[in-house]
Amino acid sequence: MAFAAFSSTTAPSTDPVARRRSPVALFLLLPGILYLVLFFLTPLVSLLLTSFQAPREFGDIGQYDYAFRWQNYVEVVTTYWPHIVRSFSYALAATFFALLISYPLAYFIGVKARKWPLLQSLMLVLVIAPFFISFLLRTLAWKQLFADESFVVQSLKALSLLGPEAHVTGTAFSVIFGLTYNFIPFMTLPLYTTLERLDVRYLEAGSDLYASPFQVFQKVTIPLSMPGIVAGTLLTFIPAAGDYINAGRDFLGGTGTQMMGNVIEANFLVLQNYPSAAALSIILMTVILVIVSIYVKRSGTEELL
Amino acid sequence: MAVGAFADRGADLELVGIEKRFPGFTAIENLHLTIPAGSFFALLGPSGCGKTTTLRLVAGLEEPTSGRILIGGEDVTDQKSFQRPVNTVFQSYALFPHMTVLENVAFGLRRRKIGDPVAKAHEALLLVELDHLAHRKPQQLSGGQQQRVALARAIVNRPALLLLDEPLGALDLKLRRQMQLELKTIQEEVGLTFLHVTHDQEEAMTMADTIAVMNKGRIEQMGEPQQLYELPKTAFVANFLGQSNLFTGPVVSTTSSAIAVDVFGQQIVVPLKRAHRVSGEVTIGVRPEKLTLHADAPTHDSSRNVMGPGKVIDVSFSGVSTQYLVAVHGVGTLVVFAQNVAFGPAAQVGAEVWLSWNVDHGFGLDDDPAQAPRFEADLDTRTIAQQRRSSLITELEEA
Amino acid sequence: MKLSLGKWLLPVYSSLALLFLMIPIGYTFIYSFNDSLKSNITWRGFTFDKWLNVCNVQNGAVCQAFGNSLIIGAIATVVATTLGTMIAIAIVRYRFKFRSQTSLFLFLPMATPEVVLGAGLAAQFLSLGVPKDMLTIILAHTMFCISFVVVTVKARVASLDPALEEAGRDLYGSAWQVFARITFPLLLPGILAAALLSFALSFDDFIITNFNSGAVTTFPKYIYISAARGIPAEANVLASAVFILALVVVVTVQVSGAARARRLAKMS
Repeated sequence: MAFAAFSSTTAPSTDPVARRRSPVALFLLLPGILYLVLFFLTPLVSLLLTSFQAPREFGDIGQYDYAFRWQNYVEVVTTYWPHIVRSFSYALAATFFALLISYPLAYFIGVKARKWPLLQSLMLVLVIAPFFISFLLRTLAWKQLFADESFVVQSLKALSLLGPEAHVTGTAFSVIFGLTYNFIPFMTLPLYTTLERLDVRYLEAGSDLYASPFQVFQKVTIPLSMPGIVAGTLLTFIPAAGDYINAGRDFLGGTGTQMMGNVIEANFLVLQNYPSAAALSIILMTVILVIVSIYVKRSGTEELL
Repeated sequence: MAVGAFADRGADLELVGIEKRFPGFTAIENLHLTIPAGSFFALLGPSGCGKTTTLRLVAGLEEPTSGRILIGGEDVTDQKSFQRPVNTVFQSYALFPHMTVLENVAFGLRRRKIGDPVAKAHEALLLVELDHLAHRKPQQLSGGQQQRVALARAIVNRPALLLLDEPLGALDLKLRRQMQLELKTIQEEVGLTFLHVTHDQEEAMTMADTIAVMNKGRIEQMGEPQQLYELPKTAFVANFLGQSNLFTGPVVSTTSSAIAVDVFGQQIVVPLKRAHRVSGEVTIGVRPEKLTLHADAPTHDSSRNVMGPGKVIDVSFSGVSTQYLVAVHGVGTLVVFAQNVAFGPAAQVGAEVWLSWNVDHGFGLDDDPAQAPRFEADLDTRTIAQQRRSSLITELEEA
Repeated sequence: MKLSLGKWLLPVYSSLALLFLMIPIGYTFIYSFNDSLKSNITWRGFTFDKWLNVCNVQNGAVCQAFGNSLIIGAIATVVATTLGTMIAIAIVRYRFKFRSQTSLFLFLPMATPEVVLGAGLAAQFLSLGVPKDMLTIILAHTMFCISFVVVTVKARVASLDPALEEAGRDLYGSAWQVFARITFPLLLPGILAAALLSFALSFDDFIITNFNSGAVTTFPKYIYISAARGIPAEANVLASAVFILALVVVVTVQVSGAARARRLAKMS
């Protein structure tokens, strides 16, 4: 079901349809746009304003006044730079592994399984099946599977692949593992939708023109599935960078693996240090927007937006 | 396949005992075919007859279930398509949408590491008169231009064998004519072996030196276009390559030069050398343009066959000629093409007419009449509809 | 015929990848039958008890949270689907100023990390002095669902041949009749897909909810809170039940779709 959304982000624009100008358009647009202005755009503005707030003089914890305290940004960067670096490097690693795992899977479902529509649909259902069960429970399941007393960890220790004092949970490995696992469907589905439309006659033409199977893959398949690769990596990278469940201490993370999401949550909901949380959010959003626009420009898939 | 060098000339193609089975059906059964180097060979047949499968087998895009494929005497059955000295102009063109026209044309040269691919690609584009569009993307070209790019992309590799999969199918009539001419010219210039697959009999007849008519996975008849048209061997060929009037009846007498067949009480003579079967129940035929209409019963002439009387049930004017449908009691409906040498139709609907044709123009088929269709094969729908209608009318009249 | 490794590598790999995706689901399902005490970590024996008495633990806190999630999901889905469908039709079918800017604006919520969306809304509610409760959760969920509805329905509208609507008008249909009898029925599969997607997104959302829920507990939030002290097996029961229900619905739709495609292929 979710893949319907992703498929359309990669759909070719059918622009040359004759469009009419009509006041009906305004009537159709206005309620939804107004809603998003109220509950998406102005919140971002208030987030920006909050990020410059200063603590109220002689006020209680959590009381701030509007100001232009740009030092908030300096403070959060100096305090939380390891979290910022971790967020983007973990997200990058998870995106890379998710792509590595998803591409062959999506290729098999979208290209090789075309002859068997039933198999194709069933495999797709299995890809989206994780969406049907709580994100948190899935992550907790991994935590328990990787717990120190679990069968997996005990066997690894018995085989001396893991030191006797080593842990799996609470490490960078388990956080990246969790992020990778949780975002595989987000990677696979857009890849599937472009590969499913991939015309195998292009592959045959490549082979006819003396390209070996590897060259066909490199020169024809990859470039033609670029929209899916871009959509999939974005759908993985963006939420992974902002995620704080996998890295959470009660889930797969530990004290040394906290990401930006964790500190934003802690500052906002626990410490009531709203300006720091807001400043971190603004930094996260800005960095993501910059990365996304450079990436989309360089891969030549602007039409995705 | 040699890397870095072109095939120096066209090569023979030999198919030996090819069979291709897909789950549920057999696409090709026991196909033997030799196409000499430098020829322009057309495989003609309706859709689903196995012609495209044959082409894909030669290109290496499918593996035969059994049999061997030889190109220039070398067995290539186990070679993958990228290893074969063969190029294809695909029906859909399959131009890579993410590359410019020039990159498309240079693609094969680069894979084979042939020197100076860009210059050679430009040369090939000049040949098809599209060099000025070299830096466009394929989607920005018209259908005809894309077709020429596909052609350039294939011939730039100087393959020993060039495969054409209905490449003119999507073009309008004028462009088609141009492309047919262009293909012929290129073939004469470059001297490649062409294997052309098409369902368009006119295209096959105008372009090919040799045509093989394919039906249900088998080759029904092979030969020069004119020979196939004048002397079809089977009802399928007789009706797929142009139209035919076919009759069935027993052979009643045989002389040293001809046989006489009884068709519902009318004796029809066919020269012995033009008859594939000479005894028993046979199917004979004559082309519609060979028939002459008569308003009165013609006087007896041993050099002409006469059939009639019949009733004109439809007249349709098409410029150069007029088509008449004549229902003859017991025989069925005959199609007549008459040149419009005088003003106005030679006969009106409902008129009683006789038909005659030169004995030498008839032909006798090789089919077993019990199995062969009497009239319809894969004709155009209009003709089938007309034949159905007229046979209904005849039935009603008889009742 | 050659028996190549390449022929088997991909199917085997794909099966393993799918199996990998199923591991935590299987784990959650199996542990819904665990005869556990307070926390559900070690296997203590098989029982149907948890399935039969889902709401009896902690005075029904799990079911309370589950019910909240259903209510929030239902309301947010209805509102987001309505607003999003209207926008999708406008964008595909009409010309207006700032059309491409509007599309970009609609894409932005999907490109924004949830933690930013959540913190932003929470900052706004805080500065306006709005107390956090069910309403604030619903407002937040509707917001992030709209964009997903727009992209899903937009694809459907774009694939709809405008000639069908023109034919409707040609055959004397008024603007409203054309919409009700032609456009809407043809868009319905897309709208339903969008609604299902919205519900799934809302039902499983934790990050944005966490920032805007105050004292209200949703199903994911319940799990998050309990994660520290142990999650009762009843949570596994509810999650497994939802999983099975969703799976049955989706498999039915997909299989009947595949069967229909095959019938069509046979006909042609």
